[in-house]
Amino acid sequence: MSKTTTLVEAQGVTVHFGQRMVLDHVDLAVHQGEIVTLIGPNGAGKSTLVKVMLGLQQPNHGQVKSRPGIRVGYVPQKLSIDPVLPLTVRRFLTLTHRCGEARLAESLQEVGAGHLIENQMATLSGGETQRVLLARALLREPQLLFLDEPIQGVDVTGQSELYDLISRLRDERRCGILMVSHDLHLVMARTDRVFCLDQQVCCTGHPEQRRAQGPGGGEQIIAGPLDGLAPYTHHHHQQADKNGWCGSCQEGQRDG
Amino acid sequence: MDDFLLRALFAGLTVALVTGALGTFVVWRRMAYFGDTLAHSALLGVSLGILLELNLNLAIVSVCLLLALALVALQHQRKLASDTLLGILSHSALALGLVAVSFAENVRIDLMGYLFGDILAVGNGDLLWIGLGSLFALGLLLWLWRPLLAMTVHEELAQVEGVKVGRTRLLFMLLIALVIATAMKVVGILLITSLLIIPAATARHFARTPEQMALLAAVIGMLAVTGGLFGSFQWDLPAGPAIVVTAALLFFLSQLQRRTVQ
Repeated sequence: MSKTTTLVEAQGVTVHFGQRMVLDHVDLAVHQGEIVTLIGPNGAGKSTLVKVMLGLQQPNHGQVKSRPGIRVGYVPQKLSIDPVLPLTVRRFLTLTHRCGEARLAESLQEVGAGHLIENQMATLSGGETQRVLLARALLREPQLLFLDEPIQGVDVTGQSELYDLISRLRDERRCGILMVSHDLHLVMARTDRVFCLDQQVCCTGHPEQRRAQGPGGGEQIIAGPLDGLAPYTHHHHQQADKNGWCGSCQEGQRDG
Repeated sequence: MDDFLLRALFAGLTVALVTGALGTFVVWRRMAYFGDTLAHSALLGVSLGILLELNLNLAIVSVCLLLALALVALQHQRKLASDTLLGILSHSALALGLVAVSFAENVRIDLMGYLFGDILAVGNGDLLWIGLGSLFALGLLLWLWRPLLAMTVHEELAQVEGVKVGRTRLLFMLLIALVIATAMKVVGILLITSLLIIPAATARHFARTPEQMALLAAVIGMLAVTGGLFGSFQWDLPAGPAIVVTAALLFFLSQLQRRTVQ
């Protein structure tokens, strides 16, 4: 993977809402065939970064470059459909994208939600909604996928199924994937790179089992697939280390 | 049947068709109070139109649209909650309209007619405006239907998937302003929101898709107009309020019906 295509790249992205700094000079790139996991505490700016990279929000400084003409899929963090809006899963999937019956069924099968096609969106559980959202993203045959906490509300078996699916998308379709996760210690095992964000990029690294040797830290012993998850050990970003600051993400200091 | 009744029926049915279908979006996007605010500003449009000797319908549409844009701009600032803003603008627009009406001394204005509608007095000129305005509004609604529905479900997702969110929202505002200006004659400024909301809310119980709900709402609105005009003709009820009362009756009946089905 030495020579890879960059699909999207954030350069020095800075966002503030009034006085409050949300993102401070963040650099992040996603390449073809790569899974990048973005972690960080609540309010760290993860979703904001995703929105900036999707072009939904303009950064105050910095820029986002994406490959021209790229097809992007997006699974937002939250979707709540008011029961006053009657909407079947079938209709939901074709809101912006008309497609044939076979293709619809196929994409729902792929995410394990084939039986839901005639259900009303408002009656779906959290996990079912996530699967349907993923199916909608897949219908667009994306080259780049943004997944904002895609496994929220999905049960444990469902989680490993979805993780399998996500890594298959990477392996078979060479899709680039940026995934946000709320868990600071466990990340998807087949993630290529992990970014810990708290306004700035606090640290970057790989999940445990991908490394021959990690820098200290007892948690490493349990390295191995846990339903598609692997532990991630935080360590100071060089920059942050020098300043002695790593936001409110204190994880790195434990083994630093 | 008398001519005036035929004209009233035609005007009412045309308007109800559009408000019913558009009303589904008002309900889905929780814009009831927004519609109310725009409607209240219509009186200001009437007074300005008279004072400046402009075409009244054009003046109403322009004032509604300006208010809608001002509202969107103020909401963006996020300094005050939306309902507070709407409350301020809604009542100041209505009061300003009433004050402005008092300046037009040499013109006699039928204030009650503007506030509660005067469908039985619809003339041929009104009919033409209502017909053309409704036709244009219906065309615009059909054109906006898919992007607007996608935005209503999830705005950011729609934007990522290529929906022109800003343009669609602007056209939607224009659509509401246009519909208010056409519907005013039928039920009046104070009751327009009911023609948007009640048929849509009634239709919800029987619909499985957004399109079904819009069609049903249009039919229910038309039923309400027919019933209201009948009541007005038979018992000399005020026509606008009678239409709204009929719509409300249909709504409560639908609630009962649902309970027996379940």
